[in-house]
Parts: sequence; structure tokens; C-alpha cells
Amino acid sequence: MTATRTFRVLPGFNLTLGYTLGYLSLLILIPLSAVFLKTFEMDWARFVEVVTAPQVVATYKLSFGASLLAAAINAVFGLMLAWALVRYSFPGKKIVDALVDLPFALPTAVAGIALTALYAKNGWLGQYLEPLGIKVAFTPLGVLVALVFIGLPFVVRTVQPILEDLDTELEEAAASLGAQRWQTFRHVIFPILLPALMTGFALAFARAVGEYGSVIFIAGNLPFVSEITPLMIITKLEQYDYQGATAIASVMLIFSFILLLIINGLQAWTAKRTGRDR
Amino acid sequence: MNFQPLRRLLALALFSTITGVHAQSGEISLLNVSYDPTRELYQAFNPEFSRYWKEKTGQVVSVKQSHGGAGKQARAVIDGLEADVVTLALAYDIDAIAEKSGKLPADWQKRLPHNASPYTSTIVFLVRKGNPKAIRDWGDLVKPGVEVITPNPKTSGGARWNYLAAWGYALKQGGGEAAARDFVGRLLKNVPVLDTGARGATNTFVQRGIGDVLLAWENEAFLSINELGPDKFEIVVPSVSILAEPPVAVVDAVAKKHGTEQVARAYLEYLYSPVGQQLAARHYYRPIKPELADPRDVARFPKVNFIRIDDLGGWQAAQKKHFADGGTFDHLNRR
Repeated sequence: MTATRTFRVLPGFNLTLGYTLGYLSLLILIPLSAVFLKTFEMDWARFVEVVTAPQVVATYKLSFGASLLAAAINAVFGLMLAWALVRYSFPGKKIVDALVDLPFALPTAVAGIALTALYAKNGWLGQYLEPLGIKVAFTPLGVLVALVFIGLPFVVRTVQPILEDLDTELEEAAASLGAQRWQTFRHVIFPILLPALMTGFALAFARAVGEYGSVIFIAGNLPFVSEITPLMIITKLEQYDYQGATAIASVMLIFSFILLLIINGLQAWTAKRTGRDR
Repeated sequence: MNFQPLRRLLALALFSTITGVHAQSGEISLLNVSYDPTRELYQAFNPEFSRYWKEKTGQVVSVKQSHGGAGKQARAVIDGLEADVVTLALAYDIDAIAEKSGKLPADWQKRLPHNASPYTSTIVFLVRKGNPKAIRDWGDLVKPGVEVITPNPKTSGGARWNYLAAWGYALKQGGGEAAARDFVGRLLKNVPVLDTGARGATNTFVQRGIGDVLLAWENEAFLSINELGPDKFEIVVPSVSILAEPPVAVVDAVAKKHGTEQVARAYLEYLYSPVGQQLAARHYYRPIKPELADPRDVARFPKVNFIRIDDLGGWQAAQKKHFADGGTFDHLNRR
């Protein structure tokens, strides 16, 4: 192999790489490997028994299903929000822009209690929804609502800067070449936004999978109905079953990691395809 | 380079470490690790103890409190939170500290009178004003259309007392274990929400307006009525309930390290003194020596036929049989 050293204008590759690896190990790899080490204390048969118990499997379905759905909803509506914030000016825009970050800042328990108060059968919204047969609080739908709430900023904040950088000249060029509005969006704007949108989706998803505080208040936590996987981990811990807890945690981690890898891969692929790979 | 903030943001670690810091400058510091509902009791008790200790020995002692779910607090102590004394909701949690960390001997509960419980409590029903569903006893809880609010016994110590009280009631009706399983199973079918802790369940019942009856600690039920007004809720005392003994213990290894063994022991013993007993009664805990407390406070506690945890085989057996994975709760709670 010939040495193909790329020339860099700024030095410091070794230093930054060393720092990156050291920092990542300290903050992420070491704590996470503790999860796996604790799991290894149990034998394989027991591990399989714990992580495939029907009650636990039911929580995987809810946790991952609701998280994917919530991230998808956020991708659609977060894009619309970002679009409105970048493209139009309206009174109170700065305030709306600041409001987007609120789910980041709010303690999750506060969010959960507020949402439950809103959607319970005596709440502001719940009292009108309940007669229509729509139950939100203490159902899987409530879990979804909470996850949409906490995931919203991720999509808006990843798409917004890309939209801001987007030249309106591109749209004008498309229009002058005879493209209709939908065609302009579909073939010109959307492909440019897609990688950022997928990043936002992935972040919203990752946050939703790990969310505990806000969900626990609105879920109702009925076995096989509205229990989330993090609750299973807490349940094991309450029984001082550290190994069982870490076993479920490691399954969650592996699931999440694979899903995020896939999303990352897709993102790289679309970036390449649309010629934005720099 | 790709714009991929993901790689940096993949932090899903669930770990936290807690370290206890003790000031060693002339004044003695004690850390009392307790559970949620005792906050007000110990806020009143700690200054009283400090005054007593200063008069007796001349030493200045400041007591710090830590409150949270009993299980969580016990885990914190196991993982290294330097508690000189623990005052938790169930013996099972202190047993776990003894077993997992070895910081106190297994027979800790024999070192103080009355199973190391200076005050007791029980499980009562909180119902809405006027008791519209006419709930008088455990039997009314399994009727169709009655919604019962209780937290999940897997995550809440208080809920374990609730569950065992219902189980004990059913056993007392005769019919043996099969009948008890049937009764508790039907009761659980009437539970629309399983909160993770006692305070969460109180919230669901009081603030959210969900349910017809809340199974609650007696002291929490009194507090709810005090805070929200007797025009909204009533306490119903069932014919039979469980004698809840929230125990206290010195964590020997920690006290030894801090040199606080003597004061820590005195702190717990003072809970049995007239001052401790009076304060317990004032904060709606049943004093173990009612003759020492204010008779007006004691009069607030109705007479209850108690089931004891020992009648059900003690905590270790009860935990294994009912609340461990695959136990009766898991079976009966399948929907």
C-alpha cells in the first residue's frame, strides 16, 4: 500500500483523535461496558429467560414501536415547524422559536405530570376527548404523546440550520424551469433536507427509547398494555436484581445501537446519492 | 466530513454515583436515610434530638435527612451512600442492605424494641366525600365498577403492604390460599393505573380524579385530608388491616468509620422516648408506646384488627412468594 497521507492545513490530528477516544471511553464506553460486565455474571439460559419473558417482550414492542412512531410524527411536524420558523416572519416568532427548546429544559417528571393533568379524564383536554371514546392518559396513546413532546426539539433544531442555509435561488431556478411547487419541494428541497431530517429522527428516537420520567406518569403502567422497557429495569432494581436489570438494559442498548447504525447508514447513503457528501 | 452529531450524543448511560460528605469540624454530623412520607416527622424530630444531645453531652450534632422511595434509598446505601442510620419503609429493604453490603449484621432487627420499629402505621382507604360507592371494607373493593388506586408492589414498598393487607384479609375469610388468590386477582382487575410510588398514586387519585378508593398509608391519608380539606375526602378504616412496621437501624460500618456509633444509637433510641413518641403521633404515625404520646393525637387512630407480617411468614418469605418475578403478583396481574 502506498502511503496516501492527506494534506491538512491545520495540525492536531493525533491530539484530537487521542482526546476523542479517551473522552468517549471515559464517558460512554466504560459505563456501558459495566452494564455488559454485570450481565455476564449470569449464565446464558438465565439471560435468555429474563430478556424473553413475555411481560418484558411486551415492553420492547411498546417502547420501540412508540419511539419509532413518535420520531416519525416529529419528523413530519418538526419539519413543518422549522419551515415556518425559517421562511416566514410573524409576530411572536422569537417566542415560538424559544418555545421549541422547552421540552429540552423542562424536567421530564414535570412534563409527565403536566401532560397527565391535561389528558386525564378531568383534565382540560381529557374531559372533551373522553366522551368521544379517546383515552389518552394511562394508555399506550399517552406514552406516544409524551414521547412526541420530548422529541420535538431534535427534528426542529437539526433541520432549521440547513433550511436557513438553503438559497431561495434554487427554488426560483426550479420555478423558472417550469417546476410546480410540489415538484420543487419533492425534487429540490426535500433531498437537501433529508440527511438532517434523518439525524433529527434518529436523535428523537434515541431520546424516546431511553425516556422514563415523563412517560411513567402518563402510561398507567399496566402489564402487557402500557409498560415501557425502562420501567422493567427499575422493577428489577427494586428487587435488588442488578443482573436482571442490566440484562434488559443490554438488550435495549444493542437494539438501539443497531437501529441507530441503520439510520446512520441510510443517512450517509442519501447524502452520497444527493451529492452532498463532502 | 459528515455532519453526524449522533456519534457524540449516543450517551444512554444510566449510572450515577452518590457520595456522602461528612463535616468533621467539632460538630458531629449524622445522615439519616429515610423514605418519602417521613420527611415532616424527621424535620420536627431532628432539632429536638440535637437539643437533647447538646444538653446531655455538650456535643453539637446536626442531622441531615435524605428522602426517596425506600428501595431506591436502600440501593443508594448499598452502593456507598454513607448513611449513619436508615429509617425505611420495610424490614426487607434493610435486610437487603445487610445482605448485599454487610454494613450491618443480619440480626439488626433484634437490637431495638418492637422489631426496631418505634412507630407503626397501617393501610386505610381514602374515598371521595360522601363515599358514593359505599366502600366499607376490603370486600367492597372487588365489586364490579369500583376502581381501586394502588401503586405497583414491584416498585413501591407501600404497595407491598397494600397487597399483603388484602391477602391477609382474604385469608381471614377462610377458604385458604386459593380463595386469597382469587380475591386479590379480582381486586387487581379493578386497578386502572399502577403508579410506581405511593406519592404518584396519591396524585392520580387526588389530582387526576381517577378511581373510587385509594389504598394508602394511614399517615399519608391523614396528610391528604389535612392538605386538601375534609370536604373532599374521607378515611375508611377496614375491619382488618396490616400492621406496617417501618424499621430503623444504625449502619454499623458507616457509623464506625465516622465515629458516630454512640450518637447514632442514641438518635434511634430517642425515637422511643416521650419526645419521639409524641412527635410520631403528631405526624400520624401510631406510637409504639401510646401512653407516652398526647392522648388527643392517639385518639385519632381508630382501632384496627391487625394482621402481622410474621403471620404471613415474614418479609423474606412474603417477598419471594408474592413479589419476586413469577410470584403471585405477576400471575394475578396478567390481563
